Amino acid sequence: MTAMLTHVFAANALLTAFAVVGLVMWLSNALSKHLTRGRVHGSAIAIIIGLAAAFAAGLWTGGEKGVADIPILAGIGLMGGAMLRDFAIVATAFEVDVVQAKKAGLIGAVALGLGTVIPFVFGALVAAAFGYTDAVSMTTIGAGAVTYIVGPVTGAALGASSAVIALSIATGVLKAVLVMIGTPLVARFIGLNNPRSAMVFGGLMGTVSGVSGGLAATDRRLVPYGALTATFHTGLGCLVAPSILYLAVRGIVGG
Amino acid sequence: MTISGVALLAICTLIGVFLGDLLGVALGVKANVGGVGIAMILLIAARLWLGARGLMSHGLKLGVEFWGALYIPIVVAMAAQQNVVAAAEGGPVVVIAAVGALLLCFGMVAILSRLGGANETMDEIEARSAAAREAARVAAGDPA
Repeated sequence: MTAMLTHVFAANALLTAFAVVGLVMWLSNALSKHLTRGRVHGSAIAIIIGLAAAFAAGLWTGGEKGVADIPILAGIGLMGGAMLRDFAIVATAFEVDVVQAKKAGLIGAVALGLGTVIPFVFGALVAAAFGYTDAVSMTTIGAGAVTYIVGPVTGAALGASSAVIALSIATGVLKAVLVMIGTPLVARFIGLNNPRSAMVFGGLMGTVSGVSGGLAATDRRLVPYGALTATFHTGLGCLVAPSILYLAVRGIVGG
Repeated sequence: MTISGVALLAICTLIGVFLGDLLGVALGVKANVGGVGIAMILLIAARLWLGARGLMSHGLKLGVEFWGALYIPIVVAMAAQQNVVAAAEGGPVVVIAAVGALLLCFGMVAILSRLGGANETMDEIEARSAAAREAARVAAGDPA
């Protein structure tokens, strides 16, 4: 009986992955709603559960691929692999409205640029301070400080090690969670009460889940403005982190 | 047709990744340089082009938006297959990098959002549009 069930899960690995991740998303949204009153986005909770599961699986199996090392969960490796990840990230660009985006104007573009470069430089410096002194690791961890999407996209493109990619994801996720929790607390001090500052905020913070969660907890009416610039942030980061910024880091620290 | 949206997305992604690989070779980097970003720009351009010609069907949109909606679950799956045990050994890097980046960005928001003087707040915008509606109603001679 158990063997038959295991066989069904293993033979339909990708379907098992959809079912498991779906249940995790459902659980996370329920936790977000009832435990945090929506203050921490369901997506952030789900990612934390994912990282926690990978940690537990790593201790249990001794492997390097988190839950994908458990045979019946091997489909998670396919679902979260490079092919579907790139496919889904590109799809999010479809929601970008160019006409609306132009309204953010120069200040939005400045915020976007600074929002990519400042966290990147800081993240790369912290990485170097902790002994990750090669260009690929510094770039990947710096990109993780931009967002938890830019980090792994950059790391995968540059061929960073799984441990460094995990560090960069963890950095991005922690930043997203802190944005969600911290935004309503600092909103008054950073002038977050109008569409323009919301666009600046979205451009600088970047993480779409962090920005939409944080703004929703501050003032729901600000969400679309922040999400607009935040959407560009991921695309910009995915474009410049593994290219211009990587070359800059490599130019400074060497191969 | 839904498949046309999925196909458009696949074509943009494949071209983007291919151009990213080419760029990597051209720059002498053993990597895909910005392939995902290039693919995103292609998709945005394709959307504008199709929209301008009235070719944006419901099925086509559905085919792309479905995958956009799956992006968070896929990121969750991606997170679940990382080498977190190894990452945990580098613990302080994560905390310091995340908190530092966050504080720097909050500070920049405070500076940038004050540039160019005061802005109309959401409350003021709502009050103004409510007043405008009221004025329009009175001007139209609506007794209620």
